[in-house]
Amino acid sequence: MNTLLRAVYGLRMLWAVLAAFLVGSGLILATGHNPLRAYAALFEGAFFDYYGLADTLVKMCPMLLAGLAVIIPMRCGLFNVGAEGQIYIGALASAAVALYLPEIHWLPHLLLCLVAGMLGGGLWALVPGYLRACRGINEVIVTLLMNYVGINVVSYFVSGPMMQPGAPYPYSPEIPAGLQLPLLLGDADTHAGVLIALALCLVLFLVLRYTTLGFSMNAVGKNPQAARYAGMSIKRHLMLSMVVGGSVAGLAGAIEVLGVKYRLYHLFSPGYGYDGIVVAFMSGLNPLLASVSAFFLAGLSTGAQFMQREIGLDVTVIDALRGLIVIFVAAGLAWKYVVPPKAVRQAARANPTALTGELR
Amino acid sequence: MSYLQLDGIIKRFGSFTALDEVSLSVQQGSIHALLGENGAGKTTLMNILYGFYQADHGSLQLAGKPLNVASPRQALDAGVGMIHQHFMLVDNLSVLENVILGLPGGLRLKLAEHRRRLLELCERVEFTIDPDAVIAHLPIGTRQQVEILKALYRDVDLLILDEPSSVLGPGEIDAFLRMLNRLKAMGKTMLFITHKLDEVFQVCDRVTVMRQGRVVGNVEIGDTTPAKVSRLMVGRELAPPPQRVGNAPGRQVLQLERLSALNDRGIQALHQVSLEIRAGEVLGIAGVDGNGQAELAECIAGLRAPSSGDIRVCNESVLEHDVATRRTRNKIGYVPEDRHSTGLILDFSLWENAMLRDSRRAPFSIRGLLRRAAAFARTEDWCARYDVRMHSIQQKIRFLSGGNQQKLIFAREVECNPDLLVVMQPCKGLDVGAIEALQRTVMEQRAKGKAVLYISTELDEVLAVSDRIGVMCAGHLTGVLERANANAERIALLMTSTVATGASL
Repeated sequence: MNTLLRAVYGLRMLWAVLAAFLVGSGLILATGHNPLRAYAALFEGAFFDYYGLADTLVKMCPMLLAGLAVIIPMRCGLFNVGAEGQIYIGALASAAVALYLPEIHWLPHLLLCLVAGMLGGGLWALVPGYLRACRGINEVIVTLLMNYVGINVVSYFVSGPMMQPGAPYPYSPEIPAGLQLPLLLGDADTHAGVLIALALCLVLFLVLRYTTLGFSMNAVGKNPQAARYAGMSIKRHLMLSMVVGGSVAGLAGAIEVLGVKYRLYHLFSPGYGYDGIVVAFMSGLNPLLASVSAFFLAGLSTGAQFMQREIGLDVTVIDALRGLIVIFVAAGLAWKYVVPPKAVRQAARANPTALTGELR
Repeated sequence: MSYLQLDGIIKRFGSFTALDEVSLSVQQGSIHALLGENGAGKTTLMNILYGFYQADHGSLQLAGKPLNVASPRQALDAGVGMIHQHFMLVDNLSVLENVILGLPGGLRLKLAEHRRRLLELCERVEFTIDPDAVIAHLPIGTRQQVEILKALYRDVDLLILDEPSSVLGPGEIDAFLRMLNRLKAMGKTMLFITHKLDEVFQVCDRVTVMRQGRVVGNVEIGDTTPAKVSRLMVGRELAPPPQRVGNAPGRQVLQLERLSALNDRGIQALHQVSLEIRAGEVLGIAGVDGNGQAELAECIAGLRAPSSGDIRVCNESVLEHDVATRRTRNKIGYVPEDRHSTGLILDFSLWENAMLRDSRRAPFSIRGLLRRAAAFARTEDWCARYDVRMHSIQQKIRFLSGGNQQKLIFAREVECNPDLLVVMQPCKGLDVGAIEALQRTVMEQRAKGKAVLYISTELDEVLAVSDRIGVMCAGHLTGVLERANANAERIALLMTSTVATGASL
């Protein structure tokens, strides 16, 4: 019985998604369509169509990296809502290196572009990391507000100094063909960045699970006071986790430029940074599971278009469905805290004066 | 005439009797002291008066009428106000806003009228407070005055003051005591909870002493002496010193030189504490909770920076060393006071908690990589040798009993082979068996030639393990007694005198 309950509890993210689909089918019914046909079109397009799957993988890449950018600081107890801004600044730095660095061999140049993206995102995240660690300023607010700054900094550059001469829309010149990430699947546009993201996933999983750094990050996140007692530097961990998270988001921006758009566009990200938050929570902060949840969420975006084409259902239904998933996933997280810790109850019974003390 | 009359109050929590037939009579317009050790039932009694708890038996009368309070609001309506030890103020509101917060009176604020009345009140009680000052900018002593204003503004006649002087600095205490006398002159009745005898003898008219949920004494101040009252408070003859292996203390391990430190609120919590501990010696520190013991332990462990003075371990100053260096290089083991918030990470498994303080070192890790197998083996070994009862070392430590949690902490702090072991309140909330096991561990460390600093508010515990007993009060080390010379009277006097005698009796 107990193991069954635990299994059910362990799969709670799956139940949350199913519940969202169930409520979502009500929405689809209300629009006068058959939910089963709609979902069939959605999944077929997202995961069983050659070009659809390729597109899902392309979208998965930034979502997954943004998810990791949320997971890493969250392990230290910081909520990075700023992956979106970090993506933009990373893309800016990467595009700048790609366009303005004097020509060198393509491989070191490409690596420099990726590193520049990571540095950009990392430095952007250092600001909230420093403010939180050394000045105690809430990182949620700082990262969130810096998103708008980051997005507008990119808008400024691509409509001013970096703008392609004579372009009808704010975008930069195209980056040289040699610096574009190689494609993986013949004529579909799945690029090598997907492999980078998946590899990073695995590396992060191993670091968090098998190194002292991962251990101390978890300790800082779960109980900073005990971590300090254990001799760990809280400030250093907070700043490091933000910078690493930001640099992973910056990498996502760099890959978008080098692998998908080949230019730096004004408003190029459809909110991948915010998708990362959903990815992180759906995975329960596990980097390996993050690849699954990112793949799934990316599939929803891709499949939505197939669904619209095939049965004429508006994509906004999928936006609503994604909203429902967020709500149910969040509700699923709340479950954790309902289970009353037995030890606390026992302690209360053994030492009732402890309770009187609290009321003073 | 007796203004407040309590008769036969009984309060039980489960099988634990917190108050056992407590009766108390307070005269109108007097300052009545309520004295007792931690857990004597003072706070429970006050919480009943203030409506947080209901008494199981007994009657309360205020000004001749039965007092029936189910909530603090009702208590206020009946004319009972409470000044909590931790202030109940909204930091970013002004004095005036705090005072009128929660007053009944419809939707209109009538700020101007309230300001006028508040200024009048301030004048009567001789407070100089700007009603528009924001609480966060006020010194602690003034915040306490705001708390008192809040109560007076609601026309209370009985003021309960719960350890009011514990948050104040020395200069503020005198002003506070003078204020009590002014309130008394205004005809207010005050119930003053404290453990500082000199304050009691300065301002109070009568004193009631509680011990283990019972009233053990009730006397006019004029008819008694501090020594008599402190004996009532501790109230027991000491157990004979336990048989112990006599090993001559060895080299000096810990030396504190005029150590001073601030607490979290920025008030000086340690005043020039000097002491030394030798190898193979247990120095116990007794004293009522909150008299600088926590700050002392934290300073030594490296969790708090002293404001002045020096800490030397084996003749090396450790002031510049961080927590990790003090553990690895200076070999300081530390069992912190609060195992739930500091000593352990409750969401971590047993083995993770076992390696918590040594995760960067062999055998738990090598070159940054965790060695889980070694950590598992080490944890299994500790659990067996220190009798930690558990299902699995993969289990979250949250689900262990307090005693088993504490045994694992002891294993961790002792197995790192420290020269100095600092132990703070290790037996709080534990059963007799666990206490015995932990004290046995302490005695084993002593026999191995370690220096131990054993801090506890439980006198029995300190007496059971210590070679010498230091007593702290209000941040001073008021005296250090040899175990053989320690008796209840001496310790109790030291526990309640706020002046350092510096005596090594």
